[in-house]
Amino acid sequence: MKRIFLAFLIGLFALPVAARVSVLTTVPEWAALAREIGGERVEATSATTALQDPHRIEARPSLIARARSADLLIATGAELEIGWLPLLQRESGNRRIQPGQPGYLEAAFVSLRDVPRAVDRSMGDVHAAGDPHFHLDPRNILPVAVALAERLATIDPDGAPTYRANHERFVARWTEALARWTEEGASLKGLAFLQAHRSFGYLAYWLGLTPRGELEPKPGIEPGSAHLSRIVANRQEPPAAMILYAAYQDETAGRWVAERLGVPLVKLPFTVGGTPQAGDLFGLFDDTLRRLKAAARPETR
Amino acid sequence: MQSRMLAVALACAFASPSMAAEDTTDSTPAPASGGLNFNPEISLILQGAYKHRKDVGERHIGGFVAAEHHHDDDAHGDDKRGFTLDHTELVLGANIDPYFRGQATLAVLDGETELEEAWFQTTTLGHGTGIKAGRFFSSIGYLNEQHNHQWDFYEQPLMYKALFGEHGFAQDGVQLKWVAPLATFVELGAEVGRGQNFPGSERDANGAGAAAVFAHVGGDLGVSGSWRAGLSWLRTRAKEREGHFESDTYGEVDGAFSGRSRIWIADFVYKWAPEGNPARRNFKFQAEYFQRRESGDLAVADEDGNDLGEAPWRTRQSGFYVAGVYQFSPRWRAGVRYDRLDSGRQHAGDNPGDVEIVDARPHRFTAMVDYSWSEFSRLRLQWARDRSMPGVTDNQVTLQYVMSLGSHGAHKF
Repeated sequence: MKRIFLAFLIGLFALPVAARVSVLTTVPEWAALAREIGGERVEATSATTALQDPHRIEARPSLIARARSADLLIATGAELEIGWLPLLQRESGNRRIQPGQPGYLEAAFVSLRDVPRAVDRSMGDVHAAGDPHFHLDPRNILPVAVALAERLATIDPDGAPTYRANHERFVARWTEALARWTEEGASLKGLAFLQAHRSFGYLAYWLGLTPRGELEPKPGIEPGSAHLSRIVANRQEPPAAMILYAAYQDETAGRWVAERLGVPLVKLPFTVGGTPQAGDLFGLFDDTLRRLKAAARPETR
Repeated sequence: MQSRMLAVALACAFASPSMAAEDTTDSTPAPASGGLNFNPEISLILQGAYKHRKDVGERHIGGFVAAEHHHDDDAHGDDKRGFTLDHTELVLGANIDPYFRGQATLAVLDGETELEEAWFQTTTLGHGTGIKAGRFFSSIGYLNEQHNHQWDFYEQPLMYKALFGEHGFAQDGVQLKWVAPLATFVELGAEVGRGQNFPGSERDANGAGAAAVFAHVGGDLGVSGSWRAGLSWLRTRAKEREGHFESDTYGEVDGAFSGRSRIWIADFVYKWAPEGNPARRNFKFQAEYFQRRESGDLAVADEDGNDLGEAPWRTRQSGFYVAGVYQFSPRWRAGVRYDRLDSGRQHAGDNPGDVEIVDARPHRFTAMVDYSWSEFSRLRLQWARDRSMPGVTDNQVTLQYVMSLGSHGAHKF
């Protein structure tokens, strides 16, 4: 009995020994980026999946356990994770990932769009710092990649040459892909769309799409049927060409409005893993563009 | 005096967030997080209810010593009927510096301000450790740490009322907590403190009046489910803890208990949401079981204060509750709960005051449905069949609101 107990104890404490840098990210896009830059040297996992609403996750026990052993925590910031991340950091008892430590990186140092002139809860769940979904403008990935490579080199100096090399390779591939996406997306310019939540502001800004508003009456507030009827009744001419929603959002409201407006309802991956094709950051934008273009061309619908 | 201080405090509290709001209105990008700059997060919780209850005078769980509350003169909380304003909670919290975080919770009602919590905690000790000191709700059990506005039902479980009185067990003391560096969540903790609240009492003594240890384990079950289980132990010391008892000979007598209480609590929580995304649908199951042993002496006096004598007093009691809450659409939730206590063994020695020993199995069934316009506003309709008072069946209807203003810290799992 005693021997079994001893073996159990040894087993328990032997498990966490891992040479790789443990990276915990709040959302899948940063885990994907960490894998690009860190390669074999890092073990990157995301606290949320693409099918979970990053605003509304709980600091559940498994996340506290993961945060406890993390060497680097990457968050979007800009209050996206304010409902659970500060608690997770405190409960983990992990000094490395506290704000102000090298092991905590907030990606939202890129300049944010749609900063509200005033914030009040009567406006719903507004983000005072601006729209935090900036990863959907692929140009914003580059500065985050620089910061991430630097940060990994600080935490794991032995790996610095690897991170530098991986970063250079990533930037080359990304720049090339960016040129391709921009070219492919040129035909979408001016396309008017409705969206379930204000998720695609940066995508619209990058591709020159025209946002025609959200299905939500206010950010974070579920639309009721009266509100949706109003959207249908107040349609503008020409109407929005499509309705976009993220993989983690419910499609019911969008389907209802799309049927009545006679426009396609388009599910976008929103982040890595949102669709089977969006397996990494490159796949995310390949698939996003493919879906947008397929919906914009009526003959392929 | 007190009310004027409170007015000043409230004025300060509301002056700062509005200033913060002005700061973010200009076009310069706000700092990446904690947009309120150096101001603490301030939130105010408004709570009230309409309560339909049977007229039973003093509400008291049969077979259990009632926790005396410091303001038992007016009809309070559970005892009120009709339109009722519950405690308004003012919560202030912020990082103090790179090393500490602090928080205070004031519960305000009519002429009184109760300091529910006031503590600081370490943030950068590292190695999974954290120290909290001041006045805080103990981490024993599952529900103990939660404030009223987080409860899924209007009242707390009978078990908590029997164990600790009006809300969970809080004390002035120190807590040490450690999260193990494992793939599975394992958290161990210990607390020592003054133990001034029921089942302990003020003692005018050096040393600790109460000590607690707890262990939590938890994890995920697939992508949709997560759980936490806990085991806690609390020991308190009481000196002349006052309580009212029915006496077969003297009518009502006052009993002063001096001795020890030892409590075991086992708790379990399971949460489920499709794909782990609770925004639209989710389910929560929770259950807790306790066992309490008290041993010491009970000094009894009649209502005129005449000493009737002292005798050993020993009890061994238990109870549990089981609850399930299902959110079936983004705004609607429904839940049921079953409470049951066992008055267990009670020995009064040679019982000089002829204290009545009530053998009871208090129980209650509760069903509720609530509607949330947003995560900050909630309206709840609840029905309960309360059979916790001897010989009384009380069918209770409650319509309750919980409104949360300002910036409120995240709730624990």
